[in-house]
Amino acid sequence: METTITIKNLTKRFGNVVAVNNVSLTIEPGTFLTLLGPSGCGKTTLLRCVAGLEDPDGGEIYIGDKLIFSHHKGISLPAGKRDLGLVFQNYALWPHMTVFKNMTFALEIQKIPKVEIKKRVKESLAEVQMDGYEGRYPREMSGGQQQRIALARMLAYRPKVFLMDEPLSNLDARLRMDMRAELKHLHHVAGATTIYVTHDQVEALTMSSNIAVMKEGVLQQLDTPDRIYHYPANLFVADFIGNPKVNLLDGVVDGNNSVDLGKFKTAVGTHGVTGRVVVAIRPEDITISTEPVPGAVEFSAYSVLPSGADSTIIARLGDTAITVREMGISKIKMDDKIWLKFNPDMLSLYDKESGNLVVSRK
Amino acid sequence: MANLAISYPPISLRLLAAFRRFIRWLTNPKVFLALIMLLLMFYMVIVPLYRMVETTVTWQRSDIARNPGAVVGKLTTFHYVRMLTGVLGRIYTYTPLRHSMTIAIGSTLLALFIGGSLAWFVVRTNIPGRKLINQLAVIPYIMPSWTLAQAWIVFFKNRLSGGTSGVFEFLVGQSPPNWLSYGPVPIIICSALHYYTFFFLFVSAALMSIDSNLEEAGDLMGASRWRILRKITFPLVMPAILSGVIMTFSKVMGTFGGPNILGTPVRYYVVATMIRGSMGVGDKADAFVLAILLILFAITTISLNQRVVGTRKSYETIGGRGFVAHVSKLGKMKHVIVTAVIVFQIFVIVVPLGLLLYSTVMLRDGNYSLSNLTLQHWIGARNTIYNHGEPGVLRNPKIYATAWNSIRLSLWTAFFTALLGIVLGYAIVKGRGTRLSKLVEQLAFIPYVIPGIAFGAVYIAMFAKKMGPIPALYGTFALLVIVSVAKHLPYSSRSGVSAMMQVGRELEEAAQVAGANVWQRFIRIIFPLTSSGFVSGFLLTFITTMRELSLIILLVTPATQLLASQTMFYTENGDDQMANAVILILIAIVVLGNFIIGRFRGGSLKKGLGM
Repeated sequence: METTITIKNLTKRFGNVVAVNNVSLTIEPGTFLTLLGPSGCGKTTLLRCVAGLEDPDGGEIYIGDKLIFSHHKGISLPAGKRDLGLVFQNYALWPHMTVFKNMTFALEIQKIPKVEIKKRVKESLAEVQMDGYEGRYPREMSGGQQQRIALARMLAYRPKVFLMDEPLSNLDARLRMDMRAELKHLHHVAGATTIYVTHDQVEALTMSSNIAVMKEGVLQQLDTPDRIYHYPANLFVADFIGNPKVNLLDGVVDGNNSVDLGKFKTAVGTHGVTGRVVVAIRPEDITISTEPVPGAVEFSAYSVLPSGADSTIIARLGDTAITVREMGISKIKMDDKIWLKFNPDMLSLYDKESGNLVVSRK
Repeated sequence: MANLAISYPPISLRLLAAFRRFIRWLTNPKVFLALIMLLLMFYMVIVPLYRMVETTVTWQRSDIARNPGAVVGKLTTFHYVRMLTGVLGRIYTYTPLRHSMTIAIGSTLLALFIGGSLAWFVVRTNIPGRKLINQLAVIPYIMPSWTLAQAWIVFFKNRLSGGTSGVFEFLVGQSPPNWLSYGPVPIIICSALHYYTFFFLFVSAALMSIDSNLEEAGDLMGASRWRILRKITFPLVMPAILSGVIMTFSKVMGTFGGPNILGTPVRYYVVATMIRGSMGVGDKADAFVLAILLILFAITTISLNQRVVGTRKSYETIGGRGFVAHVSKLGKMKHVIVTAVIVFQIFVIVVPLGLLLYSTVMLRDGNYSLSNLTLQHWIGARNTIYNHGEPGVLRNPKIYATAWNSIRLSLWTAFFTALLGIVLGYAIVKGRGTRLSKLVEQLAFIPYVIPGIAFGAVYIAMFAKKMGPIPALYGTFALLVIVSVAKHLPYSSRSGVSAMMQVGRELEEAAQVAGANVWQRFIRIIFPLTSSGFVSGFLLTFITTMRELSLIILLVTPATQLLASQTMFYTENGDDQMANAVILILIAIVVLGNFIIGRFRGGSLKKGLGM
């Protein structure tokens, strides 16, 4: 039951606001695609358009070979006929029905035989490790349990496509970690094409086979987590992905293979780019030392933030602040003198005007 | 797999596509239901208003005798000139308008004072017996608005009308002055004691919803108690107060019962009593001019009010999500205060009812000897000496028929109102942000600002003769149901909206994705989740319809007589004891109804008011 989803030139407006702006993307069968972006970027609206809960103002959507929406042809299949399942942010379990009734609602509408219904409920509950909860009402369960039931409800009617709208955002941090692993496993087992919406970049990076980053309704980049992290297509994506954040330094290309960053210069392959640029380097790609090293620049440690496995150091030189990540608990003290060295291969250059990637790191 | 370019179809197919999109928009339940509601409200509100205006600017049959040359149906300013200028203008229009304003403003302020301070005591102090105070506060609202007026007459009446004396004269030995017996003072007091419930409910809900952190923040910064109340609490409660002001003001402006009982004997006429008078002598157009004036006045005052306070949310109530309230300690005073409050509450309930009951067991009005006690008015046989030959109320087939009419009307109205409430709530909440939803909400609000008696007048204009597909409904029971449902539209939309707000849109969408059609969604999801709202709306409408007088006084006929209007006709015939007995029966039915309906699914009066 692996299904391609094709979205072509999809546009959705709310009054004057263009929530989804001419988005085209193809989701290969069995892919776990995450729509990622800050709130208001149109990711949820896009998901709702696919689900059939919003009526787009332009474009087409295919599930498999079936045209489920076309503005130009005036076609829109009702949500219930699109063969997809949706998990909501607040679970949307019907409070007046037991877990069993919640799960069988769709199955009864589809006129599935009683015996089969019972079997499916049992299987689905087992899949989310909630065996024996059939008789509970939603309010008699914790948030995490409700979340599992919402998943089981979707699994029970076996849709071709899974849609999930920030399903983990109402859970506490610890539970969220556990559920990520389980969701990923569930997807692996079911193999259904999945569209997952989140504003949490860590969640996106850990779970997805592909990530689509959106901003103000426009698709910024569609790529694997690895490429999104290492080769962001523009400054917005670079800035949005990664924790701690990428360092973005304004500079001017200064002759061949050198960029003037104001306080200091750094060597980088410029490949013929000239003028004003933004240099991007991830905190973990900077070498830090407590003694002068050839080619390193002297900074002072403005703040040191150890967090167990690694430490984040904010280094300052005048009003230039640079974030550096060091493995383990750092020995550096606040206000220590430190020397930073950039690896030229790890630097990316972005055009200052357009914000687009012009020279990518190795 | 399809390729990524969209191929544009030829024009004929594009038209087909546009048509399909239109059908899809139209069959969306929120749009579909909104359109049905628009159509319904167009017929129930807009058309009658239009017909009323039309009547006032054309010659009527009744004008021909006095105005040679007038042609029925031709345009004229005659009615406006007659009603708005010269001596007639003063007598018919300006003086009654001034009186209406006086009693409306007076009773609104008094009701605000009583209800507001009571709310503050209950929510914000450590006063004991809050539950009792809460329950007692709702009772005056359950009683018909003119109950107090009737009781006032029993107590304070002097020999001005009817020649018999009241309890006051019997006790004090002196006849009370006219200003105390009749006119604006008693009307204001009686109305305020009825309507203070609005303020109590609205303000206490608002006080409960204020995060006391806001006040504590002020406290920490060293502001005085009074300053906090004035600068922080008061502005936050303002929208709730304004809701009460608008509700009370527009109700009192259009109220008929109290002014008819307490004002008419001293010729203290208000617009409502003038409208009835003009209608009674057949000058329909004149009555409509007054009704239009009343409507315009109510609208102006309400919008001025909102402008001054600068909030547009004023008629929205604040949800009663409870914060831990900052409680003022009353110290030793608390027992004194709670006693005073409860005594006051019981006083305004028990004393009037007691007076009414006492008057019904007096054979002859104004004779306070024990030998005058009788059950004639309750169970007496037909006797030409008493009550124009009518038997006691409990042996009177007319009363049974009337009571049945009232119950029937209230049940039908309550059912349709609650049903429309859910539909309106759905159309408004699901369509939030669209112009259609806004239009529905605004249209449903219109009856709110049309005073009761004017609304009744509007319906005479509409249904006196056959119009298009609608037959002449005047004199039918159906007309009473329609007018009552229409008048309740604002309440039903409000309680429907607040009930629907509790149902997150995801709950319906989840069902949509699961393949449920509109009907299945309504039956399995929407109705079960809004049932307590439905019952509450039903309950509120049952009670208010049961004791509604101003709205239906112009529309009832002997065949469709209701308990409320029957009391008024008895009073006007001088059969006060019969009137009072009927009021008591009416209250008994309302209390019983409240008790029975309140049993179902967590229905409550407060919820019915959209809180």
